[in-house]
Amino acid sequence: MATTMQTAARRKIRPFDWRHNPGFGIFSLIVMGFLYLPLAILVIYSFNANRFVTVWTGFSLHWFSRVANNGDIRHAAWVSVLVGVLATICSTAIAIAAALGFERGGRFKGEAAANSLVMMPLVVPEIVTAITTLIFFSSIGFHYGVLNLVLAHTVFCVPFAMLPIQARLNTIGTAYEDAGRDLYGGEWRIFMRITLPLMVPGIMAGAILAFVTSLDDFLISFMVSSAGTTTLPVYVYGMMRLGVTPEVNAISTILLVISAALALVAFLISRPNEAGAAASAATPAATATT
Amino acid sequence: MPSEVLSAAPAATARPGAPARHLIEVVGVEKIFGDVATGHRALEAINILIEEKEFFTLLGPSGCGKTTLLRMIAGFEHPTTGEIWLQGKDVASLPPRERPVNMVFQNYALFPHLTVSQNVAFGLEMLRWKKADITARVQETLSLVKLAHFANRKPAQLSGGQQQRVALARALAPRPQVLLLDEPLSALDLKLRKEMQFELKRLQRETGITFILVTHDQEEALAMSDRIAVMNTGRVQQIGTPEEIYDHPTNRFVADFIGEANLIPGESLGRRADAIIAVRPEKIEIARPGVTPRISGVVDVATFLGSDTLMEITIPGGRLRARIRGAAKLPQGTEVGLVWETEAERELLD
Repeated sequence: MATTMQTAARRKIRPFDWRHNPGFGIFSLIVMGFLYLPLAILVIYSFNANRFVTVWTGFSLHWFSRVANNGDIRHAAWVSVLVGVLATICSTAIAIAAALGFERGGRFKGEAAANSLVMMPLVVPEIVTAITTLIFFSSIGFHYGVLNLVLAHTVFCVPFAMLPIQARLNTIGTAYEDAGRDLYGGEWRIFMRITLPLMVPGIMAGAILAFVTSLDDFLISFMVSSAGTTTLPVYVYGMMRLGVTPEVNAISTILLVISAALALVAFLISRPNEAGAAASAATPAATATT
Repeated sequence: MPSEVLSAAPAATARPGAPARHLIEVVGVEKIFGDVATGHRALEAINILIEEKEFFTLLGPSGCGKTTLLRMIAGFEHPTTGEIWLQGKDVASLPPRERPVNMVFQNYALFPHLTVSQNVAFGLEMLRWKKADITARVQETLSLVKLAHFANRKPAQLSGGQQQRVALARALAPRPQVLLLDEPLSALDLKLRKEMQFELKRLQRETGITFILVTHDQEEALAMSDRIAVMNTGRVQQIGTPEEIYDHPTNRFVADFIGEANLIPGESLGRRADAIIAVRPEKIEIARPGVTPRISGVVDVATFLGSDTLMEITIPGGRLRARIRGAAKLPQGTEVGLVWETEAERELLD
């Protein structure tokens, strides 16, 4: 009896799973290594006491203090943050309007084409956008320093800001707004009292994505920035031409940590949460009783 | 009570010179989705009159147009042709917020970021009631649905049945003329569903508001409604009280959809060839010796169900189900004669 049961258990067919393919583990490890080993090395060496990037002598925060005390770097960081914040505000505002238009405006002629146009910056080679932006600004004689950067960044940040907002609006659905209309709400009050509060996680995620994208951008900033409006990535590139110094490692580490932290926050708040789950309101809380 | 004197939902004003008629009149309504020539015809030639304080049910299989009709009364859809009169005023083209009608949505659509009392207060705030009146009315409505202790919870912290009650309270708070319920019990389990059926009846009695319920569940419709409109493929098949609909179905669809019915071809009974005779299984009896049977058949399966026996009988030109009282000990293959009262049968001509 016991033996038959054991055979039965052994014969139980496992459903197909990619993880059981030979070499899956090794392959994954190699991919992860390629992706993250260089980052790890960069971060580790930013704490190196030695002046040479490749020779480890001991732990030190020396290069971070050098970075912090470098006026040029501080100015570049300030420009980056200023441009990032302004471009985030502008692009998120545009993205909210666009997402509402696509998700709530009803079907309109050329909707798919319009959506593709908004998403275009995601697929157009950045160098093309960078050069055309540069040519555009100089041909109309638009030279207003930081404003140029803000405008250029706003344009390519819109799709990043719009994706999570649009996804959120789609998840919310129109039932809440219909309930608001049924309960004598005008469109504006429904938007302020219902739609906008429910959109907040999507808006936050979109804004953070836009900010990170702006902060990390090099090519477009490189083309558009002028003396005095150098962003941090452009400044780092300038330093690199004189050789990779430990300061570059330190700046990169700072940028990496900020970007990763913001991306993590964006991921956490755009995750399906309580509000999203309540859309399928039939799921009762386990603790509640009638 | 102070809230009594307040204007409730926007009152529909009477049409000048017209006699007071029915609370709701749906007249010749047709709805075509998409292009008028090629689009999907969801509703056709709908004529329904609904009285004050009535519990009215739109019953039909999915896709029959019942929800479209309900959403039309609410104002979310507008008829392609036809009129919808509410208290003597044509509301067919008015938006939802200008109709003294509130809805309990299928998945409740409770605002997830607001508490229970904020949800219930929403309609009153939109109607710009005074703060004190809102507070009083919210409390009153929450105790009506027996949820006074849950005022500060969020919807996600409530069970399905409690969410249902909040949805009811939210829709009842503005004192609408009509309450619309879109499959309100479909998300609940069987036991809770039975409980909520009584609860809905009680609320309707206590508030004196007209309820219009949409459901595909014929038992639910029979148990709760004053009158039922049975719908199929965008048309009203029959309107009547539950008894009328059950005992006197006017066509084949209604006979088949409500309860169980044997549809016997007229030929088998020696009647008109184009007629179909509908008989409920529980009305059929086995003919005693000496009584001329209406039809004879052979027992195929006999299932003892306790209080009665369900028999499947093969008859010329088809099969027949009969519920015989008690234990009918008839083995398979027994030839039986069947009888029923003349009042128990309905001759259907389509």
